[in-house]
Amino acid sequence: MKRRDFLKSAGGIAVAFSWSVPTVRAQQAARPALPGSLGTNRMLDGWIRINAAGTITVFTGKCELGQGILTALTQIAAEELDVAYERVEIVSADTARTPNEGMTAGSLSVENSGTALRLACAEVRQILLGLAAAKLGVAVANLSVSDGTVTGAGSVTYWDLAREANLEREASAQAKPKPPAQHTIVGRSIPRRDIPAKMTGGAAFIQDLRLPGMVHGRVVRPPRYGARLDSFDETKVKAMPGVIAVVRDGSFLGVVARREEQAINARLVLIGSAKWSGGSELPDPGKLYEQLMSLRSEDRVIAEKDAPVPAGATVVEATYHRPYLAHAAIAPSCAVAEFKDGKLAVWTHSQGVFPLRATIARALGLEPSDIRCIHAEGAGCYGHNGADDVAFDAAMLARAVNGQPVRLQWMRDDEFKWEPYGPAMTMKVKGAVAGGRVVDWAFDVWSQSHNGRPGDPDGINLLGSWYLADAKRPGPARHAAQPNGAGDRNAITLYDFPRQRTTHHLIMDNPVRTSALRSLGAYANVFAIESFMDELAAAAGIDPVAFRLAHIKDERERAVIEAVAKAAAWKPGEQGDGRRGRGIGYARYKTVATYNAVIAEVEVDRTTGIVKVPRIWTAADAGQIINPDGLTNQIEGGVIQSTSWTLHEHVRFDRNGILAQDWMNYPILTMPDVPSVETVLIDRPNERALGAGEAAQGPTAAAIANAFAAATGRRIRELPLTPERVKAALAGQT
Amino acid sequence: MAISLKVNGVTRSVDAEPDTPLLYVLRNDLELNGAKYGCAMTQCGACTVLVNGAARRSCVTPVGSIEGNEVTTLEGLGTLDKPHPLQKAFIDEQAAQCGYCASGMIMTAADLLNRNPQPREVDVRAALAGNLCRCGTHNRIIRAVLRAAKGAA
Repeated sequence: MKRRDFLKSAGGIAVAFSWSVPTVRAQQAARPALPGSLGTNRMLDGWIRINAAGTITVFTGKCELGQGILTALTQIAAEELDVAYERVEIVSADTARTPNEGMTAGSLSVENSGTALRLACAEVRQILLGLAAAKLGVAVANLSVSDGTVTGAGSVTYWDLAREANLEREASAQAKPKPPAQHTIVGRSIPRRDIPAKMTGGAAFIQDLRLPGMVHGRVVRPPRYGARLDSFDETKVKAMPGVIAVVRDGSFLGVVARREEQAINARLVLIGSAKWSGGSELPDPGKLYEQLMSLRSEDRVIAEKDAPVPAGATVVEATYHRPYLAHAAIAPSCAVAEFKDGKLAVWTHSQGVFPLRATIARALGLEPSDIRCIHAEGAGCYGHNGADDVAFDAAMLARAVNGQPVRLQWMRDDEFKWEPYGPAMTMKVKGAVAGGRVVDWAFDVWSQSHNGRPGDPDGINLLGSWYLADAKRPGPARHAAQPNGAGDRNAITLYDFPRQRTTHHLIMDNPVRTSALRSLGAYANVFAIESFMDELAAAAGIDPVAFRLAHIKDERERAVIEAVAKAAAWKPGEQGDGRRGRGIGYARYKTVATYNAVIAEVEVDRTTGIVKVPRIWTAADAGQIINPDGLTNQIEGGVIQSTSWTLHEHVRFDRNGILAQDWMNYPILTMPDVPSVETVLIDRPNERALGAGEAAQGPTAAAIANAFAAATGRRIRELPLTPERVKAALAGQT
Repeated sequence: MAISLKVNGVTRSVDAEPDTPLLYVLRNDLELNGAKYGCAMTQCGACTVLVNGAARRSCVTPVGSIEGNEVTTLEGLGTLDKPHPLQKAFIDEQAAQCGYCASGMIMTAADLLNRNPQPREVDVRAALAGNLCRCGTHNRIIRAVLRAAKGAA
């Protein structure tokens, strides 16, 4: 695919490659706060353009990560404007063209960008109706709109009015969006617009971008974190076929070649000849959690509620662990960069083109205005993977071959060994029950940082920059405010307990590189909270579903638990048979987003220790549903990915370095073992749309662990549920 | 050196070393997007193409070894206007989240349907055991393959 076509397909309209950046408008003091991303991007023309040719272009700073977000946002825009879905083109995440909406993360795209587009489109519709009323001599109240044609006494189209409509003004957010009862586009399972090309070989991914004169790069990483490059055989590599440049800056090493396989071959020769020294030792994998808990930490009590504990309450204590987890996208990270006459263009599958631009600028000593970052889709993105790092690497290589675009795709082992993992965590819980009620609850979570993304003002979070001769440093670990939290995401129990205390121990050191992985700390915290709820239910002698409901007042929380129990035909007090059993897990993601409950059925092979999950039922309330099939796809995908994490996944390492390097030593769930998933959606058309992409991670893990306990009478508190742990548990060793 | 290949029914000549993996020739020389790089170790299946109708991992297939054979990529199965029953079924089932694995899934399923036009669900799962999906779209993919088989019956 050629660049022009790529922009056309990725961006909706063809534009010449330009260096224009959005006009910076003076920030005025004391302006009213606007909802969603309108608050930070206030101009209407930053969000929407009416084209004389009969189309609408909307702009979003959020990007497609494989979750169908551009389809959902387009639905919202078409709905509010009263135009056919097909007329709306969407341009996403380009520092030269779209609003700056920071990161596409935290399941916030519908909440932030969707809210902004809904209000901006409603306002633009109002402006257009005002113009139409004047033109037709009819009051606005007597006008109707159908697919962009305004009818009163006579008719006029949006496209006729486009020239007169001045959208270069601040949004007021005063135009009322449509009531949900009038929705005809939002709420429908409109097919994803990106899927046909992906099924027929159309250009769809950053990997498919082919620029004129493009060459291929590869990088060489040290054998362990922090090692220094002492020497390598440059002469030999430079003499290899096709090699254009060998790039070394301190301990950063890369190669550019005419053909992709030539770059790959050159990389192998570089690896073979490179001599490294030093580097940091990793924790002892056998004592990982003790060692992590002994590191420097910044401790905060994030929730506290006091009440007396009745005498004679039954006290229960337990400690849970989760390991380092890899994002492990099917495609290793990729970027294309072009450096020409002091200006840098980077095509990237980063989750945040603006923070990436700012950070590359600081790392390379360039002005942000001389850098353009353009989002192009990568393989599925489940958080902060290698996307930003490979963009920096590509920029380094492009700078060495001025004017030639460089495509760099990491090799499989680059991704597995160097991506920032989801952190290992420990959760200690102490609780007490009396009279069938929880009367005490203390929850302590230890975790490394879940946010090592670019955009940190106090550091440069780009892997390659840490190895330059003028080495940059990453930013420090930081607490994140509740209710979002980070390592403490979903650490505060939602249950109605009279007495509880939650403490977050943020580990300040980083023995292993970590950052954001889908749901951050919620996966482990919900696993621990919901496992412990079953332990308390058992201590109280009450059915787990009934026990949960007894501690929940909120109607919507109760509804998802009741819905999943109904779908699964849960029988109060149901027992496992030593081999099969079922369990439940529940959480409201981030305390403020999607409600999700999961029931899992497990099958345990007591001889091999292999656990299978043949069936899962799930119920979700994500508020107003924009696209039911898209929501189902996200929830089901989360359920299956979390099943994989929970049964199989952990990053292997020893004291000398990371051992994960391919799918053999980082196995994931495969087709024969994938559970069937039955999903129940609870639509709340009059409620706010809530982020859903990460909601299922924690509840699924808990449901599986609880099902294992129900099946066998033994509990596993350390993830994943490996055959070794299962056999040890069955032998009574845990 | 010049190597002659028959890809999607058309004979093409490419200038590459014979040990070059077919994947890079398809993607870079022939500008075909279907086959994807995933691991280059035959572990993930993203690069799967058909060679004489049978599934083959293009990431480890030297281009020189398939001269004179018929290579089919996703583009050769069907087009947007005339999709292959599998492609149509994947679109109808919305069998993707990111969709990066889809080409390999479809090509492997095409191989399955060539051998077994009426597979049971368990056969589909077994045939796709070596194709990894990370987004958790497996159940839709299974449904799409079964739908394509049913439509062809």
